[in-house]
Amino acid sequence: MTTVSERLLTRAEEPGTGSPGPADPPGPAVPLLSLREVRIADGSDGREIVHGVSFDLTPGKVVGIVGESGSGKTLTCRAALGILPAHFEVTAGSIEIGGTDIATLTPARWTALRGATIGAVFQDPASYLNPSLRIGRQLAEVVRVKKGLGRRAARERVLALLRAVHLRDAELVHDQYPFELSGGMLQRVLIAAAVAADPRILIADEATTALDVTVQAEILDLLADLRDRAGLALVVVSHDLAVVARLCDEVLVMRQGEVVEQGPTRRVLDDPRHAYTRLLISEHEQYGLERFLEQTAPAAPPPPAAPAELIAPIAPKEEA
Amino acid sequence: MSTGTRLVLEVTGLDVHYGGRRGRRRALHGVSLSVAPGETVGLIGETGSGKSTLARTVLGLVRPGAGSVVVDGEDVTAHSARQWRELRRRGVVQYVFQDPLRSLDPDLTVEASLTEPLLVRGTGRPEAAARVRAFLPRVRLAEDLLDRLPGELSGGQRQRIAVARALVTEPRLVVLDEPVSALDSANRVQVLEILKELRASGVALLFISHDLGSVAGVADRIAVLYRGELVEVGAARDVVGRPQHPYTRLLVGSAPTLRGVGADRAERAALRALLPA
Repeated sequence: MTTVSERLLTRAEEPGTGSPGPADPPGPAVPLLSLREVRIADGSDGREIVHGVSFDLTPGKVVGIVGESGSGKTLTCRAALGILPAHFEVTAGSIEIGGTDIATLTPARWTALRGATIGAVFQDPASYLNPSLRIGRQLAEVVRVKKGLGRRAARERVLALLRAVHLRDAELVHDQYPFELSGGMLQRVLIAAAVAADPRILIADEATTALDVTVQAEILDLLADLRDRAGLALVVVSHDLAVVARLCDEVLVMRQGEVVEQGPTRRVLDDPRHAYTRLLISEHEQYGLERFLEQTAPAAPPPPAAPAELIAPIAPKEEA
Repeated sequence: MSTGTRLVLEVTGLDVHYGGRRGRRRALHGVSLSVAPGETVGLIGETGSGKSTLARTVLGLVRPGAGSVVVDGEDVTAHSARQWRELRRRGVVQYVFQDPLRSLDPDLTVEASLTEPLLVRGTGRPEAAARVRAFLPRVRLAEDLLDRLPGELSGGQRQRIAVARALVTEPRLVVLDEPVSALDSANRVQVLEILKELRASGVALLFISHDLGSVAGVADRIAVLYRGELVEVGAARDVVGRPQHPYTRLLVGSAPTLRGVGADRAERAALRALLPA
């Protein structure tokens, strides 16, 4: 069986034309990632933060989670990666990766699973790289540990990965330090690191939030490539409904730990049922570019008259 | 006298450089931009475009190498620090930054923060207090917040207080640098609504953002800054709907909207190829 990065690498040189479907024919197989009514609580005071999240991720599928900071979207992702912050715990429901309940995983199994089955990229790529090591060396370490490659093979592999994430001069980047790269280039490097060990699932948590819009568009293209060429399943998390809408088949809208709306992206955009989803849509319609763009696709229904009053801003948090 | 139609901000041929004689880096080149009373001009630029430099120059924090800045009819280009302090004291120009904690003193109550700019101008304490109370509804704040400290408020409330603080002196010009970028959706909509309403008072707003989407809904005109130069200025509807410069087209074509993106990847690559390397 070919692996994700092999498929990715062999096709990386081809021009990105057409719209190839997922590399694996979709089947009724066991979901790669399955969340069932997952609840997460802060163990220090017993307060429940996430009140039940469910979704299934199959190969080549993209699930989006939209929400503000504090909505629980990041905690949900971290639970799926087995990296909840101290004190936080899954208190109910189940998370399965490839049919295995992660609650049963030993630390050693987790180490094997992370990278090889499930990978992630986050908002601030620079903080995941060692500032004093060249990019190539850091990626080579991932490749050598996870794939058991020798020095020379690892170098070739790293260069191929850097090309696969469309870094223009892979050889140059290979020998550069993190501070020499822009935010968009660093995020490409992190995506290369995340797919280096051929995961089946990639979680992108606000991966484009800190980037310029023009760079964001390219990173979203790259994620779409990974899905199309390698059949990678994606969880895309963003505060921006439009970012999620661009890539995702299914959307979950989260607010204060609750999934207030969930469904196929088109349905959620065309027929939003929850007031909060309508607020997110009306913000775009009233204040976004949509105001001036021609109606090319079926637009969302007219926004409610007074969106800000429909949903009161979230009350101030007790200051820490 | 027609002070009503006089431009509130007139920037002409602005050049700004950073660094010494060696390693001199151009931040702005030949930038000309005006804002009329009651007008909101959106200034869009990505990382390194020079938008924050322009804001800092207009606020007298950076001295231009060439060109002029005229605020409410007064040429401030060569103003000394003392003259700038005087200008700020008169409350002619105010500012709102992305992070309200940067513009609010953490040890001052909301009431003290809001009355201070009025007291500095010489307004009597009772009148200042009354004007602050009268202003609160315009930024959707309740009076019971007045005795709180900034740390006791939500991000959205703090930003509305920063907006109130900037506007309570009835300035001619307010420079807003990414005022809604750190807010959640509901608060973003609320602050944008407030800014829209405030225009009716005749104040001129220079609304700076990296995000075309957050500016498109409130700006009358949009100016696009790319690598220190203004590449396009026009009515918001035209800049978004019929962008002319390749960079503006790339920006509009890259912005995610609920109707997809404006340009596919081949179009964007073609636009990128048209930009100076």
